[in-house]
Parts: sequence; structure tokens; C-alpha cells
Amino acid sequence: MTVTLAFPRAAHGKPLVSLRGFTRRFGDNVILDNLDLDIAPGEIVALLGHSGSGKTTLLRTLANLDNIDGQDVTIPGARAVVFQDARLLPWKRVWKNVVLGLKGRGLRAKAEEALAEVGLSHRIDAWPLTLSGGEAQRTALARALVRQPELLLLDEPFAALDALTRLKMHALVLKLWRVHRPAILLVTHDVDEAMALADRVLVLAKGHIVAEERIEAERGQRTATVRDLRARLLGHLGVDAHASSYADLVAGPPVSYAEAAE
Amino acid sequence: MSLFRSRWLSPLALLFLWEALSRFGLIPAHVLAAPSTVLVTLAQMVRSGELPHNLLISFGRVSSGLAVGVAVGIGAGLLAGLSRQGEALVDPVMQIKRTIPVVALAPLFIIWFGIGETPKVALIAFATLFPVYLNLYNGIRGVDKRLVDAALSFGLNRWQLIVHVILPGALPSLLVGLRYALTVAIVMLVIAEQINASAGLGFLVNNARDFMRTDIIVVCLMVYALLGLSVDFLIRIIENRALAWRPKLVEA
Repeated sequence: MTVTLAFPRAAHGKPLVSLRGFTRRFGDNVILDNLDLDIAPGEIVALLGHSGSGKTTLLRTLANLDNIDGQDVTIPGARAVVFQDARLLPWKRVWKNVVLGLKGRGLRAKAEEALAEVGLSHRIDAWPLTLSGGEAQRTALARALVRQPELLLLDEPFAALDALTRLKMHALVLKLWRVHRPAILLVTHDVDEAMALADRVLVLAKGHIVAEERIEAERGQRTATVRDLRARLLGHLGVDAHASSYADLVAGPPVSYAEAAE
Repeated sequence: MSLFRSRWLSPLALLFLWEALSRFGLIPAHVLAAPSTVLVTLAQMVRSGELPHNLLISFGRVSSGLAVGVAVGIGAGLLAGLSRQGEALVDPVMQIKRTIPVVALAPLFIIWFGIGETPKVALIAFATLFPVYLNLYNGIRGVDKRLVDAALSFGLNRWQLIVHVILPGALPSLLVGLRYALTVAIVMLVIAEQINASAGLGFLVNNARDFMRTDIIVVCLMVYALLGLSVDFLIRIIENRALAWRPKLVEA
């Protein structure tokens, strides 16, 4: 399948993130193959794909965690990552985790402010290992926020949370995004999550972007438009989904697991 | 019947039995002094200053040996843990050193350093170095790679990474090594003081042996045990303070 990528609309001006012909290989194993990607300032892009599709490698590249050895890559200086496992330092209290690596005075006040935004003011002096999964992820969000990122990288940050907590976290991320307007790259397995949050959904498979879907409908008014989108995205992921909602998906006509299996 | 469940019961019974057998002459004093005699001797030795004086000397040996051993162990552990070149440089030597029983080095140390304080301190230092080195080195290498990645993603430089992530992450292992080193230090103290000492707990024991003063020997054994206990207590305090973040301790 070939997909022509429509780059973000001209109205966005210069893209914040830009990869051109980006290739990443480990030995003979090509992880990302000649990839083009633009992310506009303030845009939320969801990246769907199976494990092993290259999602994590792409995210590591954008987080500047891997050596990009002279390739055509533009990423903003103000970045922050929220990982699936919150990755808080267990030996630092919550607020010290939030301001980890920052310098200057008034750090605690900064941490207080960020923690208040994620509703965790009461846990400011807690040890990370005493936090619940949702609290840990909110701390990780605060730690990202406090750096005022232009680019916020979310690496399946809600995958390990229970469904209800996940729901609250989605709402929280949108709330924070509306206030701070960072560009967000959300790496996820969850098609519904992608459709609820993103302006644009990319599907990554075997190192290529095999599909791009822009969601024009406003967040909050998407129910009507996502029915077909959902089936299309699942199709790209190798799930032959006829049903339009999860309620009927697994019980419906046999789902092809051939490629969906991870 | 909480009396019979009490863990004090059997040691106390043993003590009374020991005392009774001594009083009835079934255990002669030159074989093993009665507990009551031991207590009297202890009081005398404390009052005369004999025990505090020699204890202080032994304590000094352990402290200096530990100071050297722990410092070198930490230095080597940091070097090997934090850099690949350091590892290639230090680790083979440490592994070779590990294969040599430290006690077997005593004759060499005596030839090199004479029979004064130096060989005793050197033995303790040499024995305590390895547990500290090995645990710190493994602790550093075992630091969660994901935490390192997270820290790097927030732009921490190498120095900040070491201070905020790697060293705190390796601290629990280091404390295990330290605890082991302290135990080893006391064992080595006993051995080193048997060599030839003109003061210290080992000197007291050797002297007492020559005069068949089993009461003094038992007093010294008690002091060794107390030393071990206080060392354990010390490490526990350090752990409680330094590792307050661990959930087991947080909940307690």
C-alpha cells in the first residue's frame, strides 16, 4: 500500500518537527525506512502500530535519545516525554521528580504549580512508590509540563492504567493541551484513544507510514464521523473489523488475527 | 502461656544451667568460668580501664582498616561501574584478588609491614575492599536503564545523571556491600590480633589463654558479639535514613 502524505496545512506555517527520508537500522534490520514526518506546532498526532512496527524507535528519535547521525531531522529544543511506566525516580519525592534536572530558584513553587494542574497538590511530598498508577502518570505529566514543552511525546502513557483512570487521563491531557498547546505525538495501540485525542492519525507498519487519516471533526463531536475511520484504522492494523464499535467487534464475524497477533 | 513462648526462655535456661554446673564443680573454672564470675571480671576490667583501653585500640584498627578498604572499594566500584575502560582496567584485578583468601596473605603482610599496626589494618582493609567493590559495581550496572533513558530525555548531563540517578540507584547494593564489609572486618580483626599484638582485644584473649583465664576470654567473646551487633545496628540506621523511599520502610 502506498500512501501519499499530506503535510500539515500551510496555515500552520513552519512545522515544529520534520523528518525527511529518515532511516534507522540495527545491523541488517531496518526499523524505520525512508520516513517522512511533519508535526505542526500545537498539533496532536497519534501514531498507531503493532509492537515492532518502529513506533518506539521513532519516539526515541524525536526525544533525541538515539544518535541521529547526520540525518535530516528537525526537533524542537523544548521536549518532554511521558513513558508508559511513569519512570519516576523512586528515591526522590514527587516534587523533586517533577523538577528533575531543572536549575534555578523557586523550583518547589514550579512543581507545586504543575502538580496543581494535574490535581496532585496533596501528593507533593509523597514517595513515588506509594503512588497509584494514575497518580504516577499524572506526576509524569506534571514533570513534562513544568518544562513548557513545544513537543510532548506520549509513549503509550495510558496503556497500563485501568479503563476508568484512562478516561480521566484522556480528559486531563486534553485540558492541559488546551491550556499549553504543545504539539503532541501520542504513540498508542488504542484506536479509540487515537480518534478521541488526535488531529491526525498515522499508522506505522514495518518501518513505513502506511496510512494517514486527518480527523476534521471537532473533539467532542466525532461520534458520527469515526465509525468508518475506526474500521479503516483497524484494517490498517490487520484487524478485519466490520463492526463499528468495540461492543460488537470481538463477537462479530471472525476477526483475522493473523497480523494482529503481536 | 506466654512464658514458654518467649524467645528469652531457652538462652536464660542455658545460662542458669551453666551457672549451676559451675557452682557444683561439674565445669571447672579453667575449662569455662561461671557466668557470675564472668560478670565480676567484666566489672573489674571496665573499672580498671583494661577493657575500654584495649577495646579502643581494636576499634581503631577496625575503623582504619574499614576506612581504607571501603574508600578503595568505593573508588574501584565507581571506576568500574561508570566507565567501560575503568571496568577493563579494574575488574580483572579485583577478580584475581578475590581468588586469594585474605588470611593466607598474613605471612606476606608481616614480612612487608612487620608485626605492628600496619599488617593488621592492611588485612582488614584488604578483606573489606572486595564486598564493597563488587556490590557497588553490580549496583551501578544494575540501575534501571529505563530510568536512565527518562533522565536523559529530560536533558540531564552526565554528571547530573550520576548524581541523581545512578548513585542513588546503586545505593541499596552499596549498603549490602557495606554490611558485609563490616562483618568481615570484625572477623579479620580477630584473626589479625591473633598474629602478634601487644594491645587490643586479641591481646587480652591471648594473654588470658596463657593464664587459663577463661573468664577474660568469655568477656572478650561478649565484646566481639556486641561489636557485631552494634555494627548491624549502625547499618540499619543508615539504611533507614538513606533508603526511606523503599515501600517496605515507607509503610512501616
